[in-house]
Amino acid sequence: MEEHLLNNLPAINLKRRSRPKESLIKGFLFFCGFFSIFITLAIVYELAKEALLFFQDPDVTLWGFLTGLTWQPKIGEFGVIPLVTATLVTTAIAMMVAIPLGLAVAIYLSEYASERVRGTIKPVMEVLAGIPTVVYGFFALTFITPVLRSIFGSDVVQIYNTASAGLAMGILILPLIASMTEDALSAVPRSLREGGYSLGATKLEVAVKIVVPAAISGISAAIILGISRAIGETMIVAIAAGAGPNLTLNPFEAAETMTGYMVRISGGDLSYDSIDYNSIFAIGLLLFIVTFILNLISQRIVRHFREVYE
Amino acid sequence: MTRNGEFKFSENLPTRHRTGGIWRGIFLAATLTGIVFLSILLLKIVNDSFGYIVVEYGIHPDALAVDGVPIGELPKEDLLLVLQENVTPGRFRTLERELPMEQRSLEDILAIINREVVEPKVAQTWTLSDSLLHKQEIEVYAAENYPEGELYFKAWISWDFITSPQSSDPLYAGIRTAILGSLWLMGVAILFALPMGLGAAIYLEEFASKNWLNGLIRTNINNLAGVPSIIYGILGLAVFVRALEPLTSGAVFGYGDPSTLNGRTILSGGLTLGLLILPIIIINSQEALRAVPSSLREASYGVGATKWQTVWSHVLPSAIPGIMTGSILAFSRAFGETAPLVVIGASTYIVYDPTSVFSKFTALPIQIYQWTSRPQDEFRNLAAAAIIVLLLLLLTMNAVAIFVRNRYSRRY
Repeated sequence: MEEHLLNNLPAINLKRRSRPKESLIKGFLFFCGFFSIFITLAIVYELAKEALLFFQDPDVTLWGFLTGLTWQPKIGEFGVIPLVTATLVTTAIAMMVAIPLGLAVAIYLSEYASERVRGTIKPVMEVLAGIPTVVYGFFALTFITPVLRSIFGSDVVQIYNTASAGLAMGILILPLIASMTEDALSAVPRSLREGGYSLGATKLEVAVKIVVPAAISGISAAIILGISRAIGETMIVAIAAGAGPNLTLNPFEAAETMTGYMVRISGGDLSYDSIDYNSIFAIGLLLFIVTFILNLISQRIVRHFREVYE
Repeated sequence: MTRNGEFKFSENLPTRHRTGGIWRGIFLAATLTGIVFLSILLLKIVNDSFGYIVVEYGIHPDALAVDGVPIGELPKEDLLLVLQENVTPGRFRTLERELPMEQRSLEDILAIINREVVEPKVAQTWTLSDSLLHKQEIEVYAAENYPEGELYFKAWISWDFITSPQSSDPLYAGIRTAILGSLWLMGVAILFALPMGLGAAIYLEEFASKNWLNGLIRTNINNLAGVPSIIYGILGLAVFVRALEPLTSGAVFGYGDPSTLNGRTILSGGLTLGLLILPIIIINSQEALRAVPSSLREASYGVGATKWQTVWSHVLPSAIPGIMTGSILAFSRAFGETAPLVVIGASTYIVYDPTSVFSKFTALPIQIYQWTSRPQDEFRNLAAAAIIVLLLLLLTMNAVAIFVRNRYSRRY
């Protein structure tokens, strides 16, 4: 009986049919996925190509570029140290604001705050993180600088200075560090906290001596990413830190950062194949390498610490 | 335990609790600084967008009135007479040669009189807080220092400000060309980045097997998201503006006059912004796809659907709200992005509306940057007003994103 039924069924071909349309779609999807690799290669290729032209200039040597103390393209001085110093000064000031505040915000949100308080603070942080950097630049130049000048005296603080740019950058990066750190703190298992309480520790002792050390890798990843953001930040320093390279550690003096230089040079009428044009690619390559390495380290740390608790 | 040890324990317990309380206060204070910063920033911007200004005139408009009728209400013939009386004959002929007076509209002639004869100039501006708190002092000061000038309260942000084109005169400058430029840029960026980003996310989440190449792609996308935006700017400069100039200037499409064309167009800017937000769109879309439960896929496979049929008919419809939300947030990031556009050479002084992707352009953040870097106070006021418009637009985009998320997203 059963055999009879099966024999009467129309023959179905269960072999895999070839579907040209689907193969085409699959091909397109793979192309989209692969495109990101292509972007990276394009970045590296273009930066390297133009940077190579820069280093072929008779005035430029790699050693002179990396160690020279003057950046004056007009007289053939191509030492990147003044630009790097200014970048480091603004970054250091930004981190002095962003790290302590960011950690404190994260600890408060993760360990102390009630659900309702978190519901108010988190959107504020998201808004702070979503404000365009050009607005922070405006704020640095027209608010922070006048405040600094009225506190320290306008003969000490110049109109353009790295301190105001750094402070504004600190406010910008604060939400980034706070939210990444909070993620790291929340990932610490509850049992660790309970263990601490059972030994009679206070809330602060649990937070600072147990939870923070347990999440230290996530926190350092957040800090490294914050530093990378600060180094690559452009508009704030272009507006508030000043134009013109200046080798100084004084945060109240004007000094141009790497990104500030790139904006100033490319913002004007730039002729291709000039040493100015090539120099922004050389500096861009340096910036790319530094931020890329920092981002890579940060990601490695995050992945590592996720594995520990999952 | 010894009696001694117990004693010490209870002795330092209050200290430990006090330290705990103090630090709790410090953490709270740090958290509140975020709110304080945000409030100061917003107040500062509003403060700069309104306030008293003193305007000085070449010739006061009241002096131009004919028989007590102010120039704003005069018929065209009388206006022409006023113009003829007050400019040199040579200048009048030049204007006539540009466009004969008969063909000019009443508004046009009024604008010419304003520009050539009245010549209003901003002498000084005050902030909103000063204007409210020190009204008397400002009036006295203005009367002393600018006896010829006119003091009035000006809202820098107004409908005129939003709808007028860019101008070198701060009293008449507007942001219409900048807003249109930004919208065109967004259009190009969306058309480029949304399909590419969505495609890459679908590939990585649904099709990619676990091998070294796909691992490399994943790591690479995360890294690209962290590359500073200015690097994308110089990539755009080298690739779109320079190498692909015939394409991005529109020359190969026979567009415009080849001698004045260059690659610094909306197309180049939009593609650069598209590259910039591509990794963000991919990451956000991946998350949306990952949130679709695998039971949905299994059910589809169970009735014999192919992989693509499953993705297209079952996974994508459930993931669309998440993808939309993530993409809108990515585009709001692109909307405020300034550095890459400055680098690829957005023009700052554009009076005409963009007409195609091959137009020169300016964008709202560029305009803000430009006005902020001018030393005169009145340009700072313009920058503040433009910032309010920018923030309102961003707020709208974010509100739409949140609305989409709450209205359409399904929980599993």
